[in-house]
Amino acid sequence: MEEKRNQIWAFIVTGMMLLVSAIYYSVNPYYIYVIAYIWFGFAYGMMLQYGRFCFASASRDLFAAGVPRMAVGVLVALMFFSVIQATLASTNMSTFHPAPFGIHTLIAGLIFGVGMVLSGGCASGSLYKIGEGNMTSFLAAFFGLCIGQAVFVDVKWFNFLIPQKWVDAAVVNAAARDIPVEKMTSSFDTYLAGYIFGRPTVQLSHTEVFSNALPGISKYFIADTLINTLIPAAVVICVIYYFYSRKGFIKKRAKQKGGQTGFSDELAGIWNMITASKRTTLMGVIIGMVAGLHIFVMKGLQNRFEISNFGELLTRMGHQSDTSIRGTVFDPGYWYITSQEGQFGGWILEKFGWNMHDNIFFGVNNGLPVPWRNPALWMSFGIIFGAMVMARLSNEFKFKLPKGELIVWGLMGGLLMGFGSRPALGCNIGAFFIRVAGGDPSGWLYGVGMVGGAFFGVKFFNWWSERKMAKEMESF
Amino acid sequence: MAMKFEKTGDNTYMLDVCGYVCPHPQIYCKKSIEKIAEGDVLQVVLDNPSSVETIVQMCDQVGHEVLERKTEGGKIYLKIQKG
Repeated sequence: MEEKRNQIWAFIVTGMMLLVSAIYYSVNPYYIYVIAYIWFGFAYGMMLQYGRFCFASASRDLFAAGVPRMAVGVLVALMFFSVIQATLASTNMSTFHPAPFGIHTLIAGLIFGVGMVLSGGCASGSLYKIGEGNMTSFLAAFFGLCIGQAVFVDVKWFNFLIPQKWVDAAVVNAAARDIPVEKMTSSFDTYLAGYIFGRPTVQLSHTEVFSNALPGISKYFIADTLINTLIPAAVVICVIYYFYSRKGFIKKRAKQKGGQTGFSDELAGIWNMITASKRTTLMGVIIGMVAGLHIFVMKGLQNRFEISNFGELLTRMGHQSDTSIRGTVFDPGYWYITSQEGQFGGWILEKFGWNMHDNIFFGVNNGLPVPWRNPALWMSFGIIFGAMVMARLSNEFKFKLPKGELIVWGLMGGLLMGFGSRPALGCNIGAFFIRVAGGDPSGWLYGVGMVGGAFFGVKFFNWWSERKMAKEMESF
Repeated sequence: MAMKFEKTGDNTYMLDVCGYVCPHPQIYCKKSIEKIAEGDVLQVVLDNPSSVETIVQMCDQVGHEVLERKTEGGKIYLKIQKG
């Protein structure tokens, strides 16, 4: 009975998504662009839920339970995605752009890392868990990633952290980029114009060393894929194996063989670790490939409509009010999570009278489209509904309201994730996964920060749960 | 909201972490196993599917045996014998 009901719900949700797509296309064929985001989001959601694919789990479960399943899954996804990313870059079909490089990425990753452990899921993980009916994740996503982010980019509360040289540089940099003074009002604006605008971007294949040494398209495969992604990811896999899997595996192997083990056993141990959770590793491979296909499709649509940003299509359709003063909206062209949720928060806050257009983030760069015309936000909705369908099909959907301490952890974690994703201009997907695979070393900086933050988050939860266990055991 | 960790028999224990989401079920499960003796059996009840995969792999790595795994009414039941 329950199975039947779940199947019906899965069909209803999928049918609704098809209906929405059909309505959009009938209103204007330009909306095929939004429809592409919807269905890639839907596919991500299904895959994330099936593989229990969560970047928070990757480092958290290592520290909390000694389980490398998810860390390995993420690294496998990264490796596959980087090969596809290089293929796309070499055929001029990539939408990837590197991010400003600097220590801010590490610090932001650290804050985000603590937040994702507290809230119980990373930015993408929280969305798929909402699809499973987990309302703690809803709290984290709505109040942290949506509202928290929007507030963060629009307030002056952090001016005390801004050095005078950033304030001075902001005036010069903003003038050089024709940013009106009235659009530079918040602490985050000063940070962007005074610090971020002055940072260099690094993509290994485009550095002087590699572009001179490697002719033609080989630079994408050797610099971006091999050097920036495959080798570091393989090293991290070996380190994880050494510290978390090797001891148990070699002990079992020695027992089976009745003595000595050699190098081939070590390789078998690494392979055993990679394939220990088939569903996670399989999803790692598929997510890597789908993320590449997503870039290909978005770039293809941009070429088809002769645009570089969806804002141009919105303007053609008469929706200029959705766009920034540059005529753009947030349109990453690939898998991304947090910026669009910040836009959703900004849109809601404007309904309560808060002017959200007076800053660089919304006013100049990303616009503030209504949610139903926000392409990247539809990707986030797609993730939620895709995960919901998969959870329903596997009878794992359960509506769970947060209670007690979970409300506190959800809100705190969400806010830290929101605050941690803005200074680095991305989250576990945009700032880590996409950047590393695209050949931008700042992605690894963010990753190191996230892992460090997760370590502190787990330390805290270990202490907290130890206290609760001690209380429970008083009676024994 | 509270987790429950009870002694249910001579060598059997029960951990109920229903309502909890990641990472609490796996942390409580790991800590509960640490508290019991080798050979003892821990029955874990949870309703967070994402934690199950982690708990099962944790047991496999450390050498605990998952004697039973079933899902009923949205709850997941794991019976683990400490190895």
